[in-house]
Amino acid sequence: MAGIVSITLQNNDEARPVIESILEDNPSANANYMPGAVKIDCPERLVVKAESVSERIGRDWDPQEIHLTIVSMGGSLDEDDEELVLSWGA
Amino acid sequence: MTPPRKKKMNLKQRYALMTRGLDWETSYQKMDDVFPYDTFEGIKITDWSKWEDPFRLTMDAYWKYQGEKERKLYAVLDSFAQNNGQLGISDARYVNAIKLFLTGVTPLEYQAHRHFAHLGRHIRGVGPRVAAQMQSLDELRHAQTQIHTISHYNKYFDGFAEFPHMHDRVWYLSVPKSFFDDACTAGPFEFFTAISFAFEYVLTNLLFVPFMSGAAYNGDLATVTFGFSAQSDEARHMTLGIEVIKFMLEQHPDNLPIVQKWVDKWFWRGHKMLGLVAMMMDYMLPKRIMSWKEAWEIYFTEAGGALFEDLSRYGLRVPKYADIATEEAEHISHQNWAIFYQYTQAAGFHTWLPTDEEMAWLSEKYPNTFDKYYRPRFEMWREMEAKGERFYNNALPQLCQTCQIPMGYTEPGDPTKIGFRSTEYKGERYHFCSDGCKDIFENEPEKFAQAWLPVHQIFQGNCGGADLGDVLKWYHMDNGADNLDYSGSPDQQQWDAWQAARKKVAN
Repeated sequence: MAGIVSITLQNNDEARPVIESILEDNPSANANYMPGAVKIDCPERLVVKAESVSERIGRDWDPQEIHLTIVSMGGSLDEDDEELVLSWGA
Repeated sequence: MTPPRKKKMNLKQRYALMTRGLDWETSYQKMDDVFPYDTFEGIKITDWSKWEDPFRLTMDAYWKYQGEKERKLYAVLDSFAQNNGQLGISDARYVNAIKLFLTGVTPLEYQAHRHFAHLGRHIRGVGPRVAAQMQSLDELRHAQTQIHTISHYNKYFDGFAEFPHMHDRVWYLSVPKSFFDDACTAGPFEFFTAISFAFEYVLTNLLFVPFMSGAAYNGDLATVTFGFSAQSDEARHMTLGIEVIKFMLEQHPDNLPIVQKWVDKWFWRGHKMLGLVAMMMDYMLPKRIMSWKEAWEIYFTEAGGALFEDLSRYGLRVPKYADIATEEAEHISHQNWAIFYQYTQAAGFHTWLPTDEEMAWLSEKYPNTFDKYYRPRFEMWREMEAKGERFYNNALPQLCQTCQIPMGYTEPGDPTKIGFRSTEYKGERYHFCSDGCKDIFENEPEKFAQAWLPVHQIFQGNCGGADLGDVLKWYHMDNGADNLDYSGSPDQQQWDAWQAARKKVAN
């Protein structure tokens, strides 16, 4: 059985381009909206691409900026300059 | 000629230089003398350099992001205070959830600050040491921002003023206090397992996500903001938790049975303590986001299920009694609220009976249990209130020696029978609410036999005197303002006056 990985972000202006990028780059991701926050679940693996977010905001987005809006996560994380990946078994 | 553009280091290189690169092997003192605490628990570490922080956050980046978080937070807090944000909440009953938070949770943030500072000095490996230093600063920030935020409510509502004093003395606050005392008096690896893994990774979502989302839904702008600001550090704390577990399990096979025992212990302790949050979600929020049972399904059954499936490759299994905890998710909030209703005279926040509408919500969310076991009790108490015979329990309850909660929980499989367990140690008999709590005691009887149990202390004459008034004074609880029902409280009178004034303006 594939484990679900998950990321929860604040539902605010700063996080919105990140949420949009995640939903576009991970077609099997599913967003659950709750007051103030969004929990995005995805089977097995979820990627946050710096390039996708940068395109939306018109400047270079550093994956470490995720620290400003992240609420919670599930899965093992790996981060470099280009992307942030959540998966199991890593 | 322009010099060639200097190539920027990537994240992994920066992280290596700014953590690993700053460490050294001691030469004129033995490493074992410099780091005396990280071996006695029996955890075997063969290579500390195998540790890697997945977020690869270096101290300079840490300061940058934390500074930005603080700027944003304080702008909102200032605006909340300036604009009388307390007028915008859904109902004044809501504030009681914040009272429970400030007296029960905020002092734990401070304790966490202190203990992570200890680990930030005493862990031999530089990766976890730096992570612990950052977390120590985070926890101090959480304690400060919570106190600062909630100080605004303290201007208008009762029950906040003596929060650190209450945390150290009040009967139900000994539940979170003893939980953290237990962790801080353990060795460093057990503390990591208790707080970073079992609490932060497995269970903290159940505390913060519904709490802050609940605050957002109930118009509490201030709490949402400090909550999400704190929670943004939490993802980093969670990665520390999962890395510690994997690291211990990868380093040596002998570590597995030790780690499993800690995971079992701290899962059960956390589950019992979070019963307070269950009650807050199901009974104290005027506008509810999800039931405790739903939150348990999302955050333990689903998320925890994926986690433990992943960790099974190391031989780690799902915590012992996880099935019982899941069964209890149908009961724990109702049983806890009933305890507080009966002992409202000694609680530092107000209680009330659920309205018809709220009971309908509870029936819908708890189709297997609410109407059958709990509705009749609340309806009987409502009838008694109507006759002017509001029920107070004037007998002091027996407490569980481990979790320190009054023994009001029922047997697995039989919600009509109170559960009792006991064991003997050095000629004395000790009592427990559950097999989980009894097992914990039996694994460390020397430690838990010393527990400071509030009821025992009252009977021994250590809590200000023999009657309720004496004990409340010793708690610094303002009798008639901080305690008792919401109905008729100064909080309610003030809230009603505000609402009446608002109506007058509207007309």
